[in-house]
Amino acid sequence: MKSRAQIQRLPDGRRLYLHDGPMDVILEAFGPPADVRAAYAAATRRFATILDELCSELAILRAPARTDGPAPVGVVAKRMASAVAPYATRTFLTPMAAVAGAVAEEILSAMTAAARLERAYVNDGGDIALHLAPGQQFVVGMVDRPDRASLFGSAVLEADQPVRGIATSGWRGRSFSLGIADAVTVLADQAATADAAATIIANAVDLPDHANVLRRPARELAPDNDLGDRLVTQDVGALTAREIASALESGEQVARSLLSEGLIRAAALHLRGETATVGMPLKKYVLDSYPHDRSLIHA
Amino acid sequence: MPEDDAIRCDACPVLCYIKPGRLGACDRYGNRDGQLVRIDPHVVLDRALSRGDSVVPFLDRHQEWDGNIVSSPGTFVTAIGAGTTYPDYKPAPFIISSEVEGLDMVTVVTEGIFSYCGVKVKIDTDRHLGPERNIVRAQGEAVGHVTTSEYGSQMLSLGGVRHLTGGSRGEGTVTCETLLNLCNGKTVDLTVDEGATVVVQAGKPPVIDNVMEERMRVGCGSATIGMFAKQWFGKVDEVVVVDDHITGVLSEHQAGKLLGVPETGIKIKGRRSTPGRYFQVAEPGTAWGGTNIEDPLAILQAFKPKVAWPGLRLLMVSTTGEHYAYFELDESLRPVSQDLPVELRESVARIKENCEPALCTVLFMAGAGGSLRAGVTENPVRLTNSVRSALTRVTCGGAPVYIWPGGGITFMVDVSRMPENAFGYVPTPALVAPIEFTLKLSDYADLGGYMDHVRPLQSIAPDDGRRHVTARPENPWPLTKAPGAR
Repeated sequence: MKSRAQIQRLPDGRRLYLHDGPMDVILEAFGPPADVRAAYAAATRRFATILDELCSELAILRAPARTDGPAPVGVVAKRMASAVAPYATRTFLTPMAAVAGAVAEEILSAMTAAARLERAYVNDGGDIALHLAPGQQFVVGMVDRPDRASLFGSAVLEADQPVRGIATSGWRGRSFSLGIADAVTVLADQAATADAAATIIANAVDLPDHANVLRRPARELAPDNDLGDRLVTQDVGALTAREIASALESGEQVARSLLSEGLIRAAALHLRGETATVGMPLKKYVLDSYPHDRSLIHA
Repeated sequence: MPEDDAIRCDACPVLCYIKPGRLGACDRYGNRDGQLVRIDPHVVLDRALSRGDSVVPFLDRHQEWDGNIVSSPGTFVTAIGAGTTYPDYKPAPFIISSEVEGLDMVTVVTEGIFSYCGVKVKIDTDRHLGPERNIVRAQGEAVGHVTTSEYGSQMLSLGGVRHLTGGSRGEGTVTCETLLNLCNGKTVDLTVDEGATVVVQAGKPPVIDNVMEERMRVGCGSATIGMFAKQWFGKVDEVVVVDDHITGVLSEHQAGKLLGVPETGIKIKGRRSTPGRYFQVAEPGTAWGGTNIEDPLAILQAFKPKVAWPGLRLLMVSTTGEHYAYFELDESLRPVSQDLPVELRESVARIKENCEPALCTVLFMAGAGGSLRAGVTENPVRLTNSVRSALTRVTCGGAPVYIWPGGGITFMVDVSRMPENAFGYVPTPALVAPIEFTLKLSDYADLGGYMDHVRPLQSIAPDDGRRHVTARPENPWPLTKAPGAR
C-alpha cells in the first residue's frame, strides 16, 4: 500500500519536498553529501507520522490556549501549545496558530540530530525553521504578500544572531486572519513562536467595523475551523492612506509590545504597498540586483 | 449542527468539513456541488497517440522544420484542473518550463475565473428562432439574446457579466450553469422570447421546436436559382425557391433570363428586390425555407392569364430541398399538385446534397483581466504586449484561440477543440476556464514573470491525479512556434 505522504527531491536535485494532507514542506540542507543524505532520511522518517500525531489531538489543538486546560502529549503539539501559551491570558489564540512553524521546527530538529549540517532550512508553507552552524548565514527575501514572489525587503541572518524562525501571516494566506494585513513577517528565535506572533500581529493590523472590509464567520466558510464564529477577513476594498497608516499603527503597537517582551526579534508589516518595520532594520531590496544563487526566498 | 451542505473530506486524517464551493485546509480537495473533488487531476496533453508504448509519435521531432525554431516536446501541460489561485493575484499554480532543443520555453498554466465571459452560439438554420435582440432564456431565466444572424445561421450571444452578476441570483446561477454546460459539450434547452425553443449542443445539430435541423440551406433562394437553373432548364417551366431571406423565381431571375426561360405570368406575394428576387414572402417561421409557410401556394397570387398557360409545370422547393412540391396548371390556370417527376427528383436531391450538415457551434469568449494576468507576471500590461507581438502564445486547454485586436486579452476558442469537461465554475458565479501562456523563458523573465515558480515539466511527471489526453490532430501543437512569431 502506498503511503499517504508524498516525498520527493525537487528537480533541482537539492531540495526535498514533503507533502501530506495540508502540509507542504520544502527543505534543504547544506553540508557534506553524506550528512545531507542522512538529514533528508531523518526528515523523511519524522515527517511520515506527524499528521497522524497531530490529528489524534486535533480537538485540543483547536481549543483556545488556556493555562489550566488539558495539555497535549505529542512532541509537535507541545511545541504548538508552548508557542501560544504567552498569549493565553490576553487574547483568543489556539495552538493551531503555530502548527506550521512547529512542524518546521520538529523536522529541522530531526535533521540536525541525525547529521552535522552547515545550514538547513525547513519551509512549511511559508513558516520556516532555520539551522545555522557558527559563521554561517542566510539571506532571506521577504514578499509583500504571502502568496506572491515579489520581494520588498531582505534580511541577512547570521549564526551569531538568535533568529531561527520566520513566519508570515495575512488574510490572503492559506489560513484565515482576523485582520487586514497583506502580510506580516516575523523573525523570532523559533519557528513556532514566530508563527504564533505573526498571527497575533496580523490580526491586529485592522480597521474594526470598516465598511470596505468583507468579513464572514469562519464557521460559515469552514465549519470545523478553530476560529468558530469569529469574523475572518475575506476581502479588503478601497482604503485611504490615513486608514492604511492607522491599521498598520495598530499592528505596530502589538509588534512593539511583543518585541519588548522578547517574543519576537523583528517584524515587517505590509498593507497596500505600505510597510512598517519593528525591530532589526530590514534592507530595502531591488529584485534585479538579487544574487542568483540566493539561499532562500520566502514565498 | 445544520451542516448538511458541508461534506466531510476523508483524503487525510484532518477530515475537514468543506462547504460547497470551498476547499479544505490542503487547498487540494474541495466541495463541488456536494461532491468531494480533487482540484487536480491535471490534464496533460499527450502529443503521442498513446503513451508509453513503442509508437513513434507522428510528426514529433521529425516534423517539417520551419527554418527557425525547434520541434517541441511531446507533452504539454494544460490548465485544466491546474486549480486557480483564486482570487487571482497569486502566481499561477503551475508555471512549467520545458526545454525545446536548448531553448527554455515556459508555459504559465492557470485556470482563469471569468466574470467577463460568455459564448457565441452559431446555429446553422434558416428557421426563425426569434426577433433579433430578443431575450434567450434557460429555465425561465434570461441568459442572453438573439444577435445578428449570419449566412445560413442564427446567432445567439449568451452569458456576459450582466447576466452573470448584474441580475438576480437565479439569473446568475442559471446563466453560469448554461454556459458551463454549453462549454463542456452538454445539451442546453433554450427558449427565445416570442420565438422558438431550441436544444443546443456544441457540435450537434440543433433541435428547433422539437424538430432536428439536419441541413443548412444551400444558399438563399436567389442563389439556389443561380446554382441550379441549368439543371432545371427544359425540365420545368417555373421554379420558386422559397426562402425567408430572398425567395427566387427562375423565369424572372437573371439566371433564367440568360437561359431564355420564357415568362410564366407567375405573381409572388412579397416585396420585389430585383428581378426574380423577393423579400418577405411570408413571416419568419420554422416551416418552408425558414418561413411560416406550410402550404407554398400561399405565397402565390393568381397567374396572369395573358401569359400563363394550362399545363405549365411549376416546382416549388425550399433552400434545403427538405420541402418541395410540384404543380401543373389546370384549364383555369390553377396549380394542381402532382407527383414530382423523376427528372426533377435529382435536382431536389442535389439541393439537399449541397446543404452542409447543420450544427451548433459554441465559441467561448472571455477577457483575461488584470488580476489573471497578475498570476503570470508582476507587470500585467507586459503580458498583454507580449501576446500582441506574438511572443506569447495563448491556448485554452491546449486549443488555439483567436485574440481580439485592441486592448486587453480578449479571446475566443471553439469549445469542441478543447479536452472534455475543461470548464468549471465558482459560485460567484463565474466560469473557470483553462488558459495557458507559452513563451520563451527569457521572454518570461523580461516581462517580470515569477521566475522562482517556474518548474520543469519533469517535476509534474508523477502519474497519480493526472489525466493524459491525446492531443486533437486538428489543433496546432501549443509548443510549436506560432506563425508570425519572431
